[in-house]
Amino acid sequence: MKFITAIFLTAFLAFSIGLFTSLPWWSFVITSFLVALGVHQKVGKAFLSGFAGLFLLWAILAIMKDMANDHILAVKVAKILPLGGSYWALILVTGLIGGLVSGLAAISGSTARKK
Amino acid sequence: MRIIPFLISTVATAGLVFVLNTSLPVGSSKTPRLGYFLSPQQGFWQNAEASNTSFSGDVKLEGLKGKVDVFMDERLVPHIYAQTDLDAYYVQGYIHAKFRLWQMEFQTYVAAGRLSEIAGPERLNIDLFFRRLGMVYGAEQTMQRMEKDREMQATVDAYTEGVNAYIKSLKPEQIPLEYKLMDYKPEAWTPLKTYLFLMYMSYDLTGSGAKQDLKMSNAKNYLGFEAFDQLFPNVQDSLDPIIPTKAIAFAKPSIIPIAPKDIDSPYLNKSSFSSSAESPMTPNRNNGSNNWAVSGSKTASGRPILCNDPHLGLNLPSLWYEVQINTPTHNTYGASFPGSPAVIIGFNDSIAWGVTNAGRDVLDYYEVQFKDSSMHEYWFNGEWRNASLRLETIKVKGKPDVNEYIAITELGPVMYDHHYKSDSTHPKYLAVKWTANNAGTGLKTFYKLNRAKNFNEYQTAIADWSCPGQNFAFASKSGDIAIKQQGSFVARWKRQGDFIMPGIDSTYQWQGMIPASENPMIKNPSRGWVSSANQKATDTSYPYYLGMSHNFPVYRGVMINKRLSVMNGITPMDMQYLQNENYDVFAEMARPVLLKNIDVSKLTTTEKKYVDILREWNFRNEVTSQGATVFNSIWDSLEQVVWKDDFQNAKSPMPWPDESTLLDNLLKNNNYRFADNLNTTDKVETIQDDVLEAVKKASVNLEQLEKNKKLDWGIVKDTKVSHLLQLPALSRLHLPIGGGANCINATTTAHGPSWRMIVHMTDETEAYGVYPGGQSGNPGSKFYDNFIDSWAAGKYFKLLFLSKENATKNEKIKWHMTFTNG
Repeated sequence: MKFITAIFLTAFLAFSIGLFTSLPWWSFVITSFLVALGVHQKVGKAFLSGFAGLFLLWAILAIMKDMANDHILAVKVAKILPLGGSYWALILVTGLIGGLVSGLAAISGSTARKK
Repeated sequence: MRIIPFLISTVATAGLVFVLNTSLPVGSSKTPRLGYFLSPQQGFWQNAEASNTSFSGDVKLEGLKGKVDVFMDERLVPHIYAQTDLDAYYVQGYIHAKFRLWQMEFQTYVAAGRLSEIAGPERLNIDLFFRRLGMVYGAEQTMQRMEKDREMQATVDAYTEGVNAYIKSLKPEQIPLEYKLMDYKPEAWTPLKTYLFLMYMSYDLTGSGAKQDLKMSNAKNYLGFEAFDQLFPNVQDSLDPIIPTKAIAFAKPSIIPIAPKDIDSPYLNKSSFSSSAESPMTPNRNNGSNNWAVSGSKTASGRPILCNDPHLGLNLPSLWYEVQINTPTHNTYGASFPGSPAVIIGFNDSIAWGVTNAGRDVLDYYEVQFKDSSMHEYWFNGEWRNASLRLETIKVKGKPDVNEYIAITELGPVMYDHHYKSDSTHPKYLAVKWTANNAGTGLKTFYKLNRAKNFNEYQTAIADWSCPGQNFAFASKSGDIAIKQQGSFVARWKRQGDFIMPGIDSTYQWQGMIPASENPMIKNPSRGWVSSANQKATDTSYPYYLGMSHNFPVYRGVMINKRLSVMNGITPMDMQYLQNENYDVFAEMARPVLLKNIDVSKLTTTEKKYVDILREWNFRNEVTSQGATVFNSIWDSLEQVVWKDDFQNAKSPMPWPDESTLLDNLLKNNNYRFADNLNTTDKVETIQDDVLEAVKKASVNLEQLEKNKKLDWGIVKDTKVSHLLQLPALSRLHLPIGGGANCINATTTAHGPSWRMIVHMTDETEAYGVYPGGQSGNPGSKFYDNFIDSWAAGKYFKLLFLSKENATKNEKIKWHMTFTNG
């Protein structure tokens, strides 16, 4: 239950702070850290829920944008980056990058607490 | 707290964020800041425009006088209805910015020599070139002059406010994609930026002299004037001028420029005025255009039809943006420049107009003699005069600023000096004199054309147009057609300004500008049409020197007039075919002389096969034409064979003679002096030898192409429309379109008809248009490149030219934006 709660909270708070678009894109580092600090889990689980929260958030947001856009832009950007023009690869990379940063922040949150 | 794991993970988080927040170098370019770029709430995903996006909405803008309605049609063309002109331009600025902001700003970065600021030190050379050419200086001159004209100042100010109102309304995540890629932000628009953009167009259309005068000077010094004059003659045998031969008796010139007495020694002959300075970029030589207007006597409806297709570099986002502007003073539709108010090429309720480039030489170099390298004093008319130094500071991304000092003399800004020069030459001081740098009235001409109601108002509108010189074609609903070459043109003595000129006294100075009333013009000619395709404006009966023939392509003009002369009962549909005509009249003239000189007995089977393809070709440059590929390959090889040896010892850049020069001589001479290969001392080569060698050389190349299944003209030409940043992913490549430099459809690899327009002057205007792009500058929009396939296929869109009343109920109107003060 804690695991699911942590994922949900991580995603929700990251989304909320992300609405303030003049803040840096990595502002969710703070919220993911706080979630891991508040919802206590072992380091491994904290990482996984931090990762999953942002992975899901970013991938789902990206998929929504991409579907509405008929993949027009994602295909082009996936050629620039270069990901062979695959919008799925681009969505995956988007999710992974958000997830990785958030997961690491969650480890910090988890380890910041006394055992 | 577990200190060590905590520290490790915190450092790792910070490190990862740092890396993802940094532009990393990859090869010669840099990545975007990946974390930011991929963030769905801030990065590029935000630019993925939903395909069902609604463009309707109510916008409150400070400073609007009344309500403005903008109806967007299904192609995303805005139809602007305003109560006052200033409100209309305010909203035009807003709309340009909404759909084309990045491009508008980027173009002014180029013009102002500021690319290094956003792209880093690799672009410094281009920046230096534009700064030293005086682009910023010229834009400032125009701005100062225009600020004395209340109406124009108010127009540009309103437009600027509109652009800025949009920029201000932008949330950080809404900035266009390219800002995110290159990691910078939009800055405020200013009137100067509008003038910088127009200055860029002057450069694009008249700036070829910046390189050409240097190269021609090199060639003249290398070849000697006599040989030079044969290779770059001022006669074109096939010329069919804009003003038909003998159609007009030109008035006596009010200025008779007198050539300096010493012209032979220091100027025309081998002399010390050599220079090999090179500029890093030159406008495309094919920057040209077609326009024509036929009178009612030649049309099915009895009403005139006007056509125009300006040929420019093909880019995305497109240079053009369609718009209709409707106010109590005028109702105008056409192609506008994002970055400038008003319509540039278009029509209103009474008239239509179109432009082609005049190609006249309006840029000269003078060699200045400074007392010393401090450039404070220069020798002029027997005394030392003071030069001022203009400081240009170039910001460079990630590097310290670069300060450039440019000496300003009476002869113009000193573009090349001991510091800015080509490595291979001794330092020369070259001042550049260019009409674009002399305050023009630029925009005012278009402002007036937008409102012109008849021939007289057209005349008045273009009378002050100075640079770039254009051929303004005109047609009115009242039945008039006309064409006038208008610009601020130098009254030159023959060959004046073809090469670098001495600048120690006033002998070589410009002696006056040709009055606008003496510029070539023709109205309602008896043949029933006017046309231009960048050829010389007149035959030799015109009393002024038009400049080097090199500046004037011959064959498109020949073709247009040939076709129009036999067309009658013309409809807009006929004009669509004509604008897309892929017939190569140059090839038609050149093939017989090639075939005549080929000794088939000396060819291999493969070579014979290609000669047969050439012989059977129908002169059409269609996508699948193999004959076009064969012809062009043989002709290019022939130019190599004929010219290469004549220029082989040239150490500095030089132009090769024009194709018309070679063709004219092949047609006239059996023994062409330059056919001889200077590398063979035992033999004097003839035209036959050269053509044979060319066929053999070309066949090797053609065989290779055929092996790779690439013999089709469309594949060889490989037309593309490139994004301004040259990113292939944002460009459209390998477009199936025919044509060529000498066809009316002058589409080459990266260059061609940038806006095709046909206007039928019937009571209810019937107009068609298409450009290779789309109304949205956003690569994430389906409107980014949605016209390109139609353009390549030669198809047109019927232009919606609506009264406000009809706009509200037209079924092609999809969205409605309102703008009110608030």
